[in-house]
Amino acid sequence: MTDKLALVWPEIWLFVTTCVVMVVGLSPDLRVRKLCGWISALGLVVAIGAAVPVAHAGGLFPSITPYAKGMIGVVGLMLLPLLAGTVDRDLDAAIESGKATFSALRSNRAEFYAFFLFSLTGLMLTASADDLIWLFLALELTSLPTYIMVTISTRGTRSQEAGVKYFFLGALGAAIFLYGFALIYGATGTTDLAEIAAAFRAQSEAGGLNTIGVAGLAVALIGLCFKIAAVPMHMYAADVYQGAASGVSAMLAFVPKTAGFLAIIMLCGAVGWTHGATHDSLPAPIYILLWVIAAATMFTGNLLAIRQSSVKRILAYSSVAHSGYMLVGVIAGPGSGHGTFWDNGIAAVLFYLLTYGVTNVGTFAVLASIQKPNGEEADDIADIRGLHGTRPHLAGAMLLCVLSLLGMPPLLGFFGKVGLFTSAISAGEIPLVIVLGLNSAIAAFYYLRIARAAYLEPADEHVETRAGPIPQRVFAAVLSASAVVLLLTVAQMLMERSVTASGYHAPHAGMADTPHEALDLTRADD
Amino acid sequence: MLVLLILLPLLFGVAVLLRPPAAAKWWALGGTSLCLAIGAMLVGRFFANASPDVPFQAQGSFAWLPALGLNLSVGIDSVATLLIGLTLLLGPICVGASWTAIPQHRARLFYGWLLVLQAAMVGVFAARDLLVFYTCFEFTLLPMFVMINEFGSTNRHKAATKFFLYTFTGSIIALAGLVYTAWAVGTRATGVDGFTLDIATLTEHASHVLTAREQALVLLAMLCGFAVKVPLFPFHTWLPLAHTEAPTAGSVILAGVLLKLGTYAMYRFVLPLVPHAVLEHAPAVAILAIIGIIYAGLICWVQTDVKKLVAYSSVSHLGFCVLGLFALNSAGVTGSVLYMLNHGLSTGALFLLVGFMYERYHTRDMREIGGLGAKMPIWSTFMVFFVMSSVGLPGLNGFPSEFLCTMGAFISHTGWTSGAARHVGATWGPLGPWFGFAAGTGVIVAAIYLLAMVAKMVWGTLREPAVHHGEHDHHAGGPHLPVDLTAREIMTLLPIGVLCIVFGLFPTQTLIGAIESDVNAQVAFVHERSGEAPTEHEAHFAQQEHRQQRDAGRDEQIAGVKP
Repeated sequence: MTDKLALVWPEIWLFVTTCVVMVVGLSPDLRVRKLCGWISALGLVVAIGAAVPVAHAGGLFPSITPYAKGMIGVVGLMLLPLLAGTVDRDLDAAIESGKATFSALRSNRAEFYAFFLFSLTGLMLTASADDLIWLFLALELTSLPTYIMVTISTRGTRSQEAGVKYFFLGALGAAIFLYGFALIYGATGTTDLAEIAAAFRAQSEAGGLNTIGVAGLAVALIGLCFKIAAVPMHMYAADVYQGAASGVSAMLAFVPKTAGFLAIIMLCGAVGWTHGATHDSLPAPIYILLWVIAAATMFTGNLLAIRQSSVKRILAYSSVAHSGYMLVGVIAGPGSGHGTFWDNGIAAVLFYLLTYGVTNVGTFAVLASIQKPNGEEADDIADIRGLHGTRPHLAGAMLLCVLSLLGMPPLLGFFGKVGLFTSAISAGEIPLVIVLGLNSAIAAFYYLRIARAAYLEPADEHVETRAGPIPQRVFAAVLSASAVVLLLTVAQMLMERSVTASGYHAPHAGMADTPHEALDLTRADD
Repeated sequence: MLVLLILLPLLFGVAVLLRPPAAAKWWALGGTSLCLAIGAMLVGRFFANASPDVPFQAQGSFAWLPALGLNLSVGIDSVATLLIGLTLLLGPICVGASWTAIPQHRARLFYGWLLVLQAAMVGVFAARDLLVFYTCFEFTLLPMFVMINEFGSTNRHKAATKFFLYTFTGSIIALAGLVYTAWAVGTRATGVDGFTLDIATLTEHASHVLTAREQALVLLAMLCGFAVKVPLFPFHTWLPLAHTEAPTAGSVILAGVLLKLGTYAMYRFVLPLVPHAVLEHAPAVAILAIIGIIYAGLICWVQTDVKKLVAYSSVSHLGFCVLGLFALNSAGVTGSVLYMLNHGLSTGALFLLVGFMYERYHTRDMREIGGLGAKMPIWSTFMVFFVMSSVGLPGLNGFPSEFLCTMGAFISHTGWTSGAARHVGATWGPLGPWFGFAAGTGVIVAAIYLLAMVAKMVWGTLREPAVHHGEHDHHAGGPHLPVDLTAREIMTLLPIGVLCIVFGLFPTQTLIGAIESDVNAQVAFVHERSGEAPTEHEAHFAQQEHRQQRDAGRDEQIAGVKP
């Protein structure tokens, strides 16, 4: 128990911060209320500090937590300035001009920051999960606050529509993967991931995996596709990203996706990359399922993105495509387990999540920093046209971020993609590499459109935009764009950390702590 | 010194961005001239110290991501040195050619990217690490995209997008092929348990570890990237569009250097990494090259747009370059390397001339304009001179390269025995007389279309578009240009002209002598390795053995962890 407690100190810190924010955010004094963001930042810094030294929690991926939680904290910190001013802006203005008085019931600031932190707490808990129940609760803690954040992020009806869509599909997804978890429990008799792994191992050595277990895994993975916005659960992405405020969209592109990938990595780790003819791939049904999902996700995301005229929808579909890229790393698996970054698919996925999270903040922050005359944030590609003339730093940030997402060497995104490439080649997945390459090329089409609109084209005469009222968002954009370049100086360290984090304890049937009753149950099932 | 040549243009690029727009062209001129001076020293020092035992000089390496085997390493052999020289020479020339064509308020964008482009191009030739090479190779796309998209003519958006997407798609597939090779060498030969990115190591081992089937696939992947860049028929459709729409400096760099990245990559990677597949499939590639030579030549014949004509002539000429490369003998490969340089000089100059003419008349249509010999004698003199060089008039630089490429293809035959075999594999190769013959008809076509162009443009009665001055001048925004070339414009053409004569009259003393030993070593290497490719069984055995060692290590580790 105590070792588990030591593991979740970062989450505890975040939870404490959440409570403080909830109270502070209700203060009648605007200056006090405005402290919410700073307190959240402080909480995240402390959580990162608490997360990094903790390691070796046992389980399948014993050292994943420091890297994952550090990454979550850092990207969370970058999201904070982007989220600033999302809610309560009109209310504050009305109070300041004397038209309204402060009412705790009408203010959303406290909830907004608290839900953000709750979601990150859930995400960190996902990283620490070593049990199916824990995993499920953590995933739900990650997602539930985001449904509300989407709904309250703007005053428009589109956010409400987006929130409702997101919630119902999210509930459906959760039901599906919970069903899968139940089947896995039925097949192995335990909810502990390490014990499940041992049970699966014993089954495969005894002549084949339990069908119910494999079916459960498949169902769970399909359910998790909702979290990562992968085919067939990708339909919501464009509407929700477009309906929500840009800051919240940026968060949706990172937080649930990271949670989903952590969960997928753990489930795949439970069954192990030790099947197939050469004992180095996932079991055939799971392998085929993920293969098809990955390829379909890449093509669907990229092809749909080409046809959009809204930057947010382009980014939403590209986020779908990026999930497809990362699934390639999951299929490739951890390689030899103690190899380099290049042949380790899990390390590649973890590194890619970081590069994607960092870069993605920038693209959405640029959109959030531009305001249309009616007070809405920029959305259509016409809105960012001619940005280099009026706000060159934003245009530059957009250019860098988009090129990094495209995987242009030598930016950060390129190294993320190369990791996926090389790990897939090591695993012998040449057709997938070709699919990945083709899709990177298709992606060039729409990323180039964004880059050209922002950086090169003159402004449309009839489209009017002005600088947004919140300077923090510009800061977020510039921060993200500089990170795309500056993180290269520490790329070595980050890659090494991701390799350490992906350290995978391949399950052994004869593991000392394997409970015998679980194995007996399995046999009874057969 | 090499690193300096990559970093200096970048620094000057930043300076251009920070200084006021009026100073941009001066900074760009200063930067490129300084690089040219350093480059001249580099070339001089290289050939002063050249010896066959030390093919690569000026080597430097900086461990960037050491744990991953990623080094920023550079080094040059004679071929790379000469191509770097060409790149640096074209630098100030491009700045000079753009002096009045680029409106001042956009000058920073243009010259900034021009300098970045120069850094990337030098990086490609200097790279001794696969990822450094790929990074620079890919990064040339962006500046060129901006140049075409922003400073091109009417159809520029389409041209820029097509250029970027076409080449980007190809390069990603080429990357997959290169990375696969890096993986195969890493896991089967060097025992680094991962990827070998060092080009020298790759070259040494790749042909020993890739099976015949793998070599064929890697060849296909690499050709996807490099053949698009060259461009080889039928991947050439982006080029005429990009050339026609690009600004003059963009066309010069595109024709002069960027296309050579493709042939250089073939010389550096395709030939030595997968020699078995190259030998087997060389006839197929050569046939594509020959189709390109003749087909593009015929298209040139019916062109009315003079810039498009020069662009298609590039496709035709680069066909010779690829043909010589895949002849796989000393004559062919030497000719091909020569062609990379000489085509850069003469076609670059032709694009300059077309650009100067366009700046005055704002049309490139040969139906509207012609007979300029009467009005622009200096321009016409240069035009005739460089067309002759491009046609391959003996005595000028085009001739030795075209002749060697065609001869290389002609004598490149397994059964050919006559002729002075000075070196290993001087004549032996996979093509044959018919290939040489077919390519030879391309020379005739080239003479027809280029001379027809000169006839229309220079001789005959003077034809000018109805409105050329006045109305369009607000568009240029620059100072009014005199009727004939200015001293500045002559200065951009003169150095190229001098080199054309020197390389034409003394090819052996200058270029061939410089690259002889490296090219012969390359050809000998390819011949030595082309016969053998490991069988699948051998490759798997090497990998299994390697894997067993690795697994043994892992078992020990696990045993160590367990009490």
